[in-house]
Amino acid sequence: MIIPLQHFLIFSSALFVIGLAGALTRRNVVGILMSIELMLNAVNVNLVAFSRTTSLQPETGQVFAVFIIALAAAAVAVGLAIVIALYRVKKTVFADQINLLKW
Amino acid sequence: MEKYIWLIPVLPFLSFVINIFFGKKTGEKAGWIASVCSAGSCAIALCLISKVIAHGTLAGSFPWLTVSGSTLRFGYLLDPAAATLLFVVTVIGTLIQIYSIGYMHSDPRYPRFFAYVSLFMAAMLTLVIADNYLLFFIAWEVMGLCSYLLIGFWFEKDSAANASLKAFLTTRVGDVGFFLGILTVHTITGTLNFQELGQMLGGHHAVAAVVGHSLLPLAALLVFCGTIGKSAQIPLFVWLPDAMEGPTSVSALIHAATMVAAGVYLIARSYMIFMHFQTVLFIVACIGSGTALFAALIALTQTDLKKVLAYSTISQLGFMVAAMGLGNPTAGIFHLMTHAFFKALLFLGAGSVIHGTGTQDMRKLGGLFGHMKSTAITFLIASIAIAGVPPLSGFWSKDEILLAAYSGSRMLYLVLSVTAFLTAFYMFRLVFMTFFGKSRDHHIHAHESPAVMTIPLWILAVGSALIGIPGSPFMHHWFQEFLALGHPEMEESATGFVMASSVIFGLAGIFLAYLFYLVSPAIPEKIAAVLGPLYRASKNKFYVDEIYSAVIIRPFQAIGGILFRFDAVIVDGIVNGTGSNTLRSSTLSQWFDKYVVDGLVNLAGAVTQIASAFIRRIQTGLIQNYLLLAVISVLILFYFEGR
Repeated sequence: MIIPLQHFLIFSSALFVIGLAGALTRRNVVGILMSIELMLNAVNVNLVAFSRTTSLQPETGQVFAVFIIALAAAAVAVGLAIVIALYRVKKTVFADQINLLKW
Repeated sequence: MEKYIWLIPVLPFLSFVINIFFGKKTGEKAGWIASVCSAGSCAIALCLISKVIAHGTLAGSFPWLTVSGSTLRFGYLLDPAAATLLFVVTVIGTLIQIYSIGYMHSDPRYPRFFAYVSLFMAAMLTLVIADNYLLFFIAWEVMGLCSYLLIGFWFEKDSAANASLKAFLTTRVGDVGFFLGILTVHTITGTLNFQELGQMLGGHHAVAAVVGHSLLPLAALLVFCGTIGKSAQIPLFVWLPDAMEGPTSVSALIHAATMVAAGVYLIARSYMIFMHFQTVLFIVACIGSGTALFAALIALTQTDLKKVLAYSTISQLGFMVAAMGLGNPTAGIFHLMTHAFFKALLFLGAGSVIHGTGTQDMRKLGGLFGHMKSTAITFLIASIAIAGVPPLSGFWSKDEILLAAYSGSRMLYLVLSVTAFLTAFYMFRLVFMTFFGKSRDHHIHAHESPAVMTIPLWILAVGSALIGIPGSPFMHHWFQEFLALGHPEMEESATGFVMASSVIFGLAGIFLAYLFYLVSPAIPEKIAAVLGPLYRASKNKFYVDEIYSAVIIRPFQAIGGILFRFDAVIVDGIVNGTGSNTLRSSTLSQWFDKYVVDGLVNLAGAVTQIASAFIRRIQTGLIQNYLLLAVISVLILFYFEGR
């Protein structure tokens, strides 16, 4: 049975919106990072789905997905390091209490 | 050896640097440092002089300054005349510095004294070997400075401080003329180098346009102004007697043997200019002879040991200048050399007397011969030499000058002969009053000076006695041949007559002094009473200082006073008026600046601040707000894109 493309798109859209909502609403910075991972994975799903249905060579899309996974891992490593450093200074991991970027 | 010539002035300069900067450390050693440096110069100089005697003139130069394409070169020119001066300055300078070790002993500024003397030596030696007018002039001025510093060495005394100022200002008058002369020479010829000038003005390649230039006699006269100032000729001789306020060894070195003779040397160096103009030479001869006679007349009545010697120096310098003017620079340089020896000796002897008795007033001295044998004998030798008794040195050189005068102008011959007679008279008046007869003041307990002072006296005495021989007929006028400055045709037939008369004049002077001051001391008083006004005039130095004071200094002071008022009222008034006007107009510009210019700047700032007050609200610093903003923006873009 072949799953139609629309299902993948609906699934990935749902995943993206969940991630976006999480990123916008979570107070905990770790939670925000996890939400961003969700959004990135939504994109991955999209890429793999499109490559399977539209491309003559499915590997082209899959390579992108692999790159993004590696990239996301690196970004999270940096992000967590920042969170730990931030915690040492501010004694908090709640985004609404950290406004260092203010004018 | 020639490449070490620069060491000759540099060694004394080194001693200057050491003694001026490390005087506290050198202390008692300062005198020996200076003497050793000077002796080093002397050794190098003697080697080079022997080379000059063997091979002739040495010269060399290096580029020093390039101004708009023309290069100024500094260098040395060691011709026979320079070699003679080099000999005189290094030998006498070294001896006098050794003497000063004893004479200046226990002076509170002992190292400084030697620093100044060393600087003087460096300048004088630079002057002697300089190959162009500019370097010559620089050294000339440094010497003037040293002279000033050393005359005023005991500046606690008002008289010394005033004398140093007087010497400095008086010589400055001549120096301005000299400098103008240098500029004139450069304008006419385009060079300041003595050798180039010599080629341009004489010899086979003389440039007619230069020799015939109408300003050249003026240049010669202006250069002669330098001589008048430095060598204390009429009318600028007044500083030299006052210069005796300095330490006696300075008087011997600077104001008798070397620096004052530099003026004569200047004429010798410039002789290629002078020789073309008979009128200029005649003026020079007249000033020289006049100075010789005038100073001798003053010397007759002075009672201060050093003042007599000072006027004697002026008189002898007059002789040298007269020799130059009479067209016989050889005789002038010859007399310069012999005079340097016996006059340095006379001054050092006088210094020894002052050192031993504590006074320099001849009226208090007397009968010192028994107490100060070395000083007395050497002083006597020098006096015989200056009086012109053969075969001592003074006779040979003075005879040359008298012979030149006899051939040139009978009138000047008469003047100079009378001066020679007077010289013998006043010198032996000094000798008899100081060393013979009975002591006049019983508070004075004379004692001989230490060996460090008497040994230089003896060396100079030997020099005074023998230095004339190379220029005498015994050595076939070897010295004159060596100098090769050129001397005019002499009336050879007159040689015997002039020699005889000069000996007679000298001996007559000595005899008269003997008669007046040892046999019957009443005679001079009677003569003084008979010639009342003349005597008083001589005693008061012919009122020259007073005349200068009335004719030059007072009017200048009056003009100065008027100018001061003018300055205080009008010039200062203008300046103050300008100041207050500026202040007023600046108030206006201050207002404009404060309200208009500053206002515009502040306005720009205020507008920015008001505008940003609203926009910066977006900048909350909360990361999620930024994210939300980004999402909303993307949605808006999608909305417009999809439409």
